Parts: sequence; C-alpha cells; structure tokens
Amino acid sequence: MLGLRKSDATLLLFVVAITILAPFILNPFPTNSAMAQFNGGYPDLMQRFVIFGIFAIGFNILFGLTGYLSFGHAAFLGVGSYAAIWMMKLLTMNVIPAIIISVIVAGLFSLVVGYISLRRSGIYFSILTLAFAQMSYSLAYSVLTPITGGETGLQPKNTDPRILDTLFGGGGAGGRANFFGLDMRDSYFWSVGDWSFVFNTGYYVAAILMIAAFYLSIRIFRSPFGLMLRAVKSNQQRMNYTGLNSRPYTLAAFVISGMYAGLAGGLLVAMDTQVGAERMFWTASGEVVLMAILGGAGTLIGPVLGAGFIKYFENIVSKINESILQGWFAALPDGLSDFMVAVIYPFIGKGWHLTLGLLFMLVVIFLPGGLVEGGQRIAALFRRKPKDNDGGMSAQATPAE
Amino acid sequence: MDAIILQILNGLDKGSAYALIALGLTLIFGTLGVVNFAHGALFMLGAFCAVTLSRLLTLSHTVIDETKTDFLGNPLKVDMPYVNDIFGPEIGSTIIDWSVPLSILFAIPVMILIGVIMERGLIKHFYKRPHADQILVTFGLAIVLQEIVKYYFGANPIPTPAPDVFRGSFDFGAAVGMDPNVIIYPYWRLIYFAFATVIIGAVFAFLRFTTFGMVVRAGMADRETVGLLGINIDKRFTIMFGIAAAVAGVAGVMYTPINSPNYHMGMDFLVLSFVVVVVGGMGSLPGAVLAGFVLGILESLASMSAVIDLIPGINQVIIYMVAILILLTRPRGLMGRKGVMEE
Repeated sequence: MLGLRKSDATLLLFVVAITILAPFILNPFPTNSAMAQFNGGYPDLMQRFVIFGIFAIGFNILFGLTGYLSFGHAAFLGVGSYAAIWMMKLLTMNVIPAIIISVIVAGLFSLVVGYISLRRSGIYFSILTLAFAQMSYSLAYSVLTPITGGETGLQPKNTDPRILDTLFGGGGAGGRANFFGLDMRDSYFWSVGDWSFVFNTGYYVAAILMIAAFYLSIRIFRSPFGLMLRAVKSNQQRMNYTGLNSRPYTLAAFVISGMYAGLAGGLLVAMDTQVGAERMFWTASGEVVLMAILGGAGTLIGPVLGAGFIKYFENIVSKINESILQGWFAALPDGLSDFMVAVIYPFIGKGWHLTLGLLFMLVVIFLPGGLVEGGQRIAALFRRKPKDNDGGMSAQATPAE
Repeated sequence: MDAIILQILNGLDKGSAYALIALGLTLIFGTLGVVNFAHGALFMLGAFCAVTLSRLLTLSHTVIDETKTDFLGNPLKVDMPYVNDIFGPEIGSTIIDWSVPLSILFAIPVMILIGVIMERGLIKHFYKRPHADQILVTFGLAIVLQEIVKYYFGANPIPTPAPDVFRGSFDFGAAVGMDPNVIIYPYWRLIYFAFATVIIGAVFAFLRFTTFGMVVRAGMADRETVGLLGINIDKRFTIMFGIAAAVAGVAGVMYTPINSPNYHMGMDFLVLSFVVVVVGGMGSLPGAVLAGFVLGILESLASMSAVIDLIPGINQVIIYMVAILILLTRPRGLMGRKGVMEE
C-alpha cells in the first residue's frame, strides 16, 4: 500500500487510527470522576502532541539515521514560527500560506546552518549547532526586535495589512487563524453519558500534517537515501573510502529535519497565534532530544511516542498538587499517608522536571533504544522466541570504531 | 583608552570563571575521555555550598537582650547565632562575615566527594558508550541536580555578600598613575581573578611537578601502556575527576558575591564553557585557560557602547561567532592536540 511494505503499512494505519481516534483515547474517564484530571483530550494538549510529534520525527531523521546530535533544533522551530506569524500579519489569517512559508524559511535557514556545522562531526557538531541556536535566540531577543518583537514577541493586530484578506473581503473567522474560514479554535463537543469528547479543527489540521510527515519519514527510512544516512552513522570513514561523499546526504537530512521543525513552528503559530524568542532557547532544543531518545531514536514510531509521553506528563503530572496527592492516600493510615505524600511530592507539580531528568537518565542508562526497545523486550519475554532484528531495531547499531 | 582598560578588567573575572570551568571540563575529557554536560551543575553546586555554609553559620536561637529595649520598653529579643555562643560575639560575627571565603574549605571536600561518587556511580559505565550517550546521560544528570537544588533552595537568586572589607571598589586608575575616579573596579572581582590564577597555577603545578601528576599525564597520553606498567590508572583518573569537580566548585563558591546564585546558573555557564573548551582545543589544558580569558575579555570589549553602535547586538553573539570562525578555520581549536576527538 502506498509503496510501503506490509509491516510499515500496518504501522502507518495504526498511527492514523490513533490520531483520528485521539479524542476518545485520551478521554477515557468520565468528566466528573476523580480520574478526570488524567484526561488529556483537550484541544491545546492534543495539538501539542501532534505538533511536537512532527518536530521529533524530523529530529529523528537527522539524529536517528545519521547519528549527528544537533543541540540547536529549536532555532528552526522558532524561525518557522516567526515566518508564519509574519505571513499572518502581512497576507492572510489563513494558515496555509503561513505553514508553507514557515517550512521554506526554516529549510533555507537550516541549509545555511547545516552547510557550516556539518563540516565538523561528533561533539563539535553539537557545539556548533548549539552556538547557532543560542546566537539566533540572543539576536531575536535584542537586535532583531523590529522583526521579532523582542521580549514581548509577536501577535497579529487589527492594524496589520493582511493584503489577501482585504482583497477577498473579510478577515475570515473574525481575524482568527483559520483554514478557509474554518476557525482553528472551533471545537465540536460530543457528550455520551458522563463522557465528553472534543473534536477540534486545529487538531485535525495538524494531525493530517503529522500523518503526512510520518508517511514521508517511513519513505525516507526505507529509501536508498535512508540507507546512505545509516551508512554515515555506522561508519562514515569506510563510506568515504568507497568513494562516496557523505556531506550532501547529511546536509539533505539536516535540511529535511530543519523543514520538519519549521512545519512544527508554523503549526504552533497556526494554533496559538503568538511567538516569543524563548521558543528558541537551548532548553527547547534539549527537549526534542529528550523526546527522540525517550521514545527510541532511530525507530519510526519512537519519536512520536516520546513526544506524546513527555507532553502528556508535562501537562498532567505538573498539574497534580499536594492536596490532590493527599486525597489519593487518604485511605492509608495517617503516618503512612503523610510519608507517601512527602516522598512523592518532590516529583510532581513543579518538580516535574526532576522526574523527567531521572526518567531520561534511566532510559539512557538501561534502555538506549527508548520506550520502543522497552516494548520489544517485554514482547520478547512473552513470545519466547529470538527477536527479529528487522525494522525498528536499528537504534541499537552502535557505530564501529 | 580608559574604557578599554575598564572592559578588559571586567572581562577578567568572567574570563576567570570560564577558564576555571573549562579547565575542569578539559581535565575530565583529557583523562577519562568523557564529555561532561553536568559540569555546569558542579559549578552551581559549589555556589550552593557557599549558600549552605552561610545558612549553617547564621543558624541562631532567640535570646533576650537586657541592655536594649524596643519602643514599648520591653527587653528586646535578638537572634543570636550559635557561632557567637561558641566563639564570642567578636569572632562570631567575623566568621559570619567571612562565610564565602570559608566556604572554600567546606566546598573542596564536599565537591571532591560528589565528583568521586559521580564518576564511580555513573560515568564509569559510560566509557565505552558513544559520545552522544555520554552527553545525554550527563545532560540528564544536570537537570536532576539543578531540580534538586531548586527544590531545597527555591528558584530565586540568593544574595551571598562578600566580606565587608572587600565590598568597596578599588580605584585602579589612581593606582597606576592615571586620573582618579575613572577606572574603578570592585575589590572582589580582583580577588576572583587572583584566586583563579592561583587555582589554575596550582592545578598545572600539581600535574607538572608531582609524581601523581606525572602518572596522570602519562595516562592521558597513553592509558593502556600506563596500565600495563602495573599502575592503577583508573583510580588516579577518578581522583582527577574529583579534583576537576572541586575546581568547578570553588569557582562557583567565589562567584557568589559577583552573581547571586540561582539553580540555573550552571547551565548558563555550561553552554559558554563548552564553547570555550572547543575554541581552546579539546583536551588542551593551556588552550582552555587561554580561550577562557580571551573570550571573557572579547565579550566585555564587545559590550562597549562604541562597538555596539558600530555593530548592534555584537555583545550577545561575539563568543558564538568566534567559536564558529575558529572551528571552521582551525578545527582543532587554538591549542588542540592532533588526534584528539577528530571526526
């Protein structure tokens, strides 16, 4: 199907099903029940799942396939966001031009950065990309304020020209980001008994783009080009000796992953029309690294899982506060419940980053293949037959000396 | 001219901090071959050693002071630090006043211990893993360390003043025979620079003139051969990791009066320190020190108003631009050795 092998087609169908049914899957608990705080099916969070999924898929094309660890990918996300918001200010609040331009601009920017950074590899490459990202961040904050809005960032204003909108009459859905008149913030609520499900326009626009991005990444993974990239990871020197110049391949991978980041940046603007420079800070670059590693770098589905996992827990765990915690352990005897609360409290709420850091360390130490490898190990336990080394297992291929 | 001298002086203290952190990073990289992203967190932990000690010293109990009264005529209750009880009020208040320099004595053993635990407990298992894994696990460790500090000390910067004697400023211009009141420079920053010089000198002397240092240098050059000679090089490298942690720690301790410590100060310095190491040349100790000072001073010079008027925003990006230029023209960095971390 669609030029995919059977296993990949199954995976794609699985992802399609999950993204389409996400409003149901993420809202398993009735609205008024005590467990409702674990429901992740509200538009803002669902949009983040797919947008950061795109970001992580793109990062994985670079890191998972070539092994080049970029610590500056947030710069491309930020540049894409700025490009998108300018399209909205200048042309139209329709999201299509904004998204297209964000991909193009991020692609061009990553071409420049990649051309320079890819002259070096290993730690030097990481530092170079980090330097470029920090430079973009500082510039966006200070000198480029006329373009970036500096500390306040950018939002669409009523005084913006919006040439196309004025030309074709009206500002679309009242000056909101829209898709040919469909407001991105429109939601359809469906209540079944105690359950309530939200179907959000913006989410489905982003979800369709994520499915397309995912399909493209499968094609890249299975293409001769993808094989070349894997060759770069496993032994670049030998590849050079056989007379292949690896740089065009790595540069292409870098630009593609930059464009994915730009697409994610454009979508962030399409959902929530504002941009600030903090989106380009290096911790944001670190976050996408965490997503890819946590899910499983070098696997197809891993980055999407990682992005979903991190964004879900970021939103859900950080909302749990002390009183909720006390509610959970109220059934236990007093001393024990106080003890449990005291033990768990540092890891929830504001302490979410501590949990994330610990989890990340554990994954790097014990599960270098991330959640995907964890799942495979568990599956292997039940299957009791030798693991097949096909498909997603390539993450374990360590570079030869 | 005055402005330039002032900016060079300003660059020295920042450069000292960069140089100290970069020195530790390079020590770890040169001995163990590990890229330590948690090194900034060690700097931060050092700074919080100073905070902890000053809190310990000011632990107090309430006593009733008969000689003073409040506005109602009742005897005044005052907080009496335990140190005053032990040493008497004179020495007690001096000790509290000097808590930052005293913290060095406290920080060195603590940081060596933390460093050794870190190396034995975690980093040891990552020697054979790819550099990307080392970066990632130490990055995770840095997040964990700074979140723990945030949990106990809060997210706000904690002011930690220098001793009273050093709080003033030094009229540098008058001292070298120029107009007075032009080049004025806080004493503490001069002390920081002098301190950094001493520490750097001590580390170099230790490596150069002691038998231990000789073995370590031999191990840096060829670990396997030194091991074959029957020397337990791993143990010595672990101690070097402890020393590197202590260097970062005392750099943090002494930096607290310049910049009130907060939990993410380490990360802020780390990114720049990595740039410093790469500019200096991975694995070269003199390179790291040189690059630290050069970049610190360049950063200060670039923030002169004349320069900013010429090229807006240059002060924000100068370090990164220099790094990019150096990496592209001299891939080994200023003083990098051949064969260290190449491709």
